[in-house]
Amino acid sequence: MGALDLARWQFAITTVYHFLFVPLTLGTVWFVAGFQTAYFRTGKEKYLKLTKFFGKLFLINFAMGVVTGIVQEFQFGMNWSEYSRFVGDVFGAPLAMEGLLAFFLESTFIGLWIFGWDRLPKKVHLATIWAAAVGTMLSAYFILAANAWMQHPVGYEISATTGRAVLNNIGLVLFQNTAVIAFFHTISASFLVAGSGVAAIGAWMLMKDRQVDIFRPAVKIGAVVVLLSAVVVSITGDMDAKIMVKQQPMKMAAAEALYNTTDKAPFSILSIGDVSGSSATPVIEVPGLTSFMATGSFDGNVQGINDLQAQYEQTYGPGNYAPYVPVSYWGFRLMIGLGLIAAAWALWALWRYRGGRNPKGKFFNVISMFITLGPLVGISAGWIFTEMGRQPWIVFGQQKTADAVSPLVSPAEVWISMIGFTLVYLVLAIIELRLLLRYIRAGAPENVIEDPYDDSKNDADKQLYFAY
Amino acid sequence: MELVTVWFILIAVLWIGYLVLDGFDLGVGMLLPFIGKDDLRRRVMINTIGPVWDGNEVWLLVAGGATFAAFPLWYATLFSGFYLALFLLLLALILRGVAFEYRSKHDSVKWRAGWDKAIFVGSVLPPLLLGVAFGNIFGGSKIGPIAGTPVDFPLATDAGPINYLGSFFDLLLNPFALVIGVMLVLVFATHGAIFLALKTSGEVREASRKAAVKVGVAAAVFAVVGLLWAQAYSGRVAITLPIVLIAAVLWLAGIGMTLKGRDGWAFLFSAGTIALAVTALFVGAFPNIMLSSIDSAFNLTVHNSASQSYTLTVMTIVAVIMTPIVLIYQGWTYWVFRKRISTAQIPAQSAPGRADDRFAPAKS
Repeated sequence: MGALDLARWQFAITTVYHFLFVPLTLGTVWFVAGFQTAYFRTGKEKYLKLTKFFGKLFLINFAMGVVTGIVQEFQFGMNWSEYSRFVGDVFGAPLAMEGLLAFFLESTFIGLWIFGWDRLPKKVHLATIWAAAVGTMLSAYFILAANAWMQHPVGYEISATTGRAVLNNIGLVLFQNTAVIAFFHTISASFLVAGSGVAAIGAWMLMKDRQVDIFRPAVKIGAVVVLLSAVVVSITGDMDAKIMVKQQPMKMAAAEALYNTTDKAPFSILSIGDVSGSSATPVIEVPGLTSFMATGSFDGNVQGINDLQAQYEQTYGPGNYAPYVPVSYWGFRLMIGLGLIAAAWALWALWRYRGGRNPKGKFFNVISMFITLGPLVGISAGWIFTEMGRQPWIVFGQQKTADAVSPLVSPAEVWISMIGFTLVYLVLAIIELRLLLRYIRAGAPENVIEDPYDDSKNDADKQLYFAY
Repeated sequence: MELVTVWFILIAVLWIGYLVLDGFDLGVGMLLPFIGKDDLRRRVMINTIGPVWDGNEVWLLVAGGATFAAFPLWYATLFSGFYLALFLLLLALILRGVAFEYRSKHDSVKWRAGWDKAIFVGSVLPPLLLGVAFGNIFGGSKIGPIAGTPVDFPLATDAGPINYLGSFFDLLLNPFALVIGVMLVLVFATHGAIFLALKTSGEVREASRKAAVKVGVAAAVFAVVGLLWAQAYSGRVAITLPIVLIAAVLWLAGIGMTLKGRDGWAFLFSAGTIALAVTALFVGAFPNIMLSSIDSAFNLTVHNSASQSYTLTVMTIVAVIMTPIVLIYQGWTYWVFRKRISTAQIPAQSAPGRADDRFAPAKS
């Protein structure tokens, strides 16, 4: 493998890994903030216990998100220096803003939240988790705006003297519809991921008959969040698809493995055979659905891969302009399918536990374990589809991935870093998973101190309420 | 003032912020096996930086992000060129970050001992690697135009073709860079010890004051050699030499204050020393931001590596508004956690299911 392929693999490994923790963090922080707010408003101990329980899980996960995120910030320059040179004038701005507005906010206020229980009045301490939550949202927004620019570059011109992209409208870069919709799509999907996790953990505790009074609300709140976010995910996903068809029609064609331009294009739910060939055999097909997703009309015209390839050759010169179709096709289906299954599961969960019921059948809990991991796999598949579907471009229409790689970083160097990151990430994944399971099994704390601040403010020598 | 100069200063400010703030976190981590004779003392040490280390580390990320936005050609050349050094830096920071959060999450001696090692390694490596990187940035490394660049390419205005042409070992075997690397390790260890003296009471404070003096003297030796050597690369010795001398006086004053037990002053002085040393490096280099050891025509400068004025204007507005706000809330964090910590205040070890750690029975 050459340095280019290795760099792509490394980016894929480190980014997919990083993005396991990101949606969990983005969603869970609101659950923690929500539970703590509920405690603050109602004074009910069960909400404080839920805050502590999910707060611990959140922090175990957050730490991994933070440290794997540092790699992301650095590897644009390390492995993709030609990309960095070409886009730095534009792409660097939202990245630097993310640091200044979001990273500082989230990391500083998370520190205050973790250690501040006995150092801050209740109200102020509650505000710190909200500040951290806002920080995570800002972080997501800026990085998604930066990514949206790679999907659909706007607000820039190509400098006549250097041949590189130069920013001329920051408002367009930050607020183009590609960015705004990607934000709401990703955030609602993150809520779906976190909500199904919260509901599943709650259901598991109910099955074991443990702390039922605490975890019944967790199941219900989690399931409701899954359902509500599934609605938002669907609406924003539909909007995203219609934009994608205009901005990156090849991606949509690849998602449906549609080789020839068609009216009333069907959507195949499953197919057999090789979708990367020019014909696969669809097993279940919904007539006109792809047309509807792409254009809003079941009769709409959807361009196929072969026609787009011909067009792009005319515009950009010879080359292959289609992404690897099987990944696009299956990634798209995994994303949608796993999200829908989770939503159906949430409905089932609400029905099952309605009005104080706690049925004991194990079947539900066994499949819950798989279904609730589904959204995490689904959101990952969605991003793999989004990024691989843009290939061969790194910046659509402007720079190819092959031209973006660092020219003098040797394959040996990338091998070393790729193996190094992969091994460390594997070990950390095992440690993190075991820690999460251990904390889930332990359940919520039996004792909680209602107001540690009140206890400690008059006693300077008191033990710290929380310490590492 | 030209916008590129403003951003040159801002990048220097971000680095000063990082080195001063995460500098003591890293120092505390390095001293863990030496001052932290038992688990209780180690926990005192870790808890002095527990609430703040993550926010401090962000200064590094922002320095990186701001370099990307303001000087993309510098970011690209530096990060791709110093590839393996940065890879090791990333591994170290990953280990350290996870270690702080996970160390107390499981009640087992073996588990904690493992994370203590991770904290130590993850705290020694970053200053060593960053120091070596700084030495190569400001002392010169093998950067030059990539093969195939036309001879008449206007490198003075566009450093697009400039890449790092050397190897990892060229970075490491640069004696000046090695001195700066070792200097940074010792300076951070001292800075961390002074911070510990300021933030703790009892046995940890006493041990930290002793360490600050001992390591501080060793750091002084390397600092004198390194910073005087740096004058050989400085473009304005008339300004940078006095700055370096003031820095040296401050450092000694910091050690003196530690001996007298004036921990606050000692910390201010060691922070000031770090800030002045970074200032001297940047002032001496301006308008260069990365020196070439091959030919000064290949230097990266604020003129051939910067973004255009529109981007710099936008980013200046963001930085001018946000930097003071960040300083205010980070400053407030230090105020919230202003109390000294002693071994008596450390609650029993946490364990799953015990959110209220003081109720957890201690096991070891």
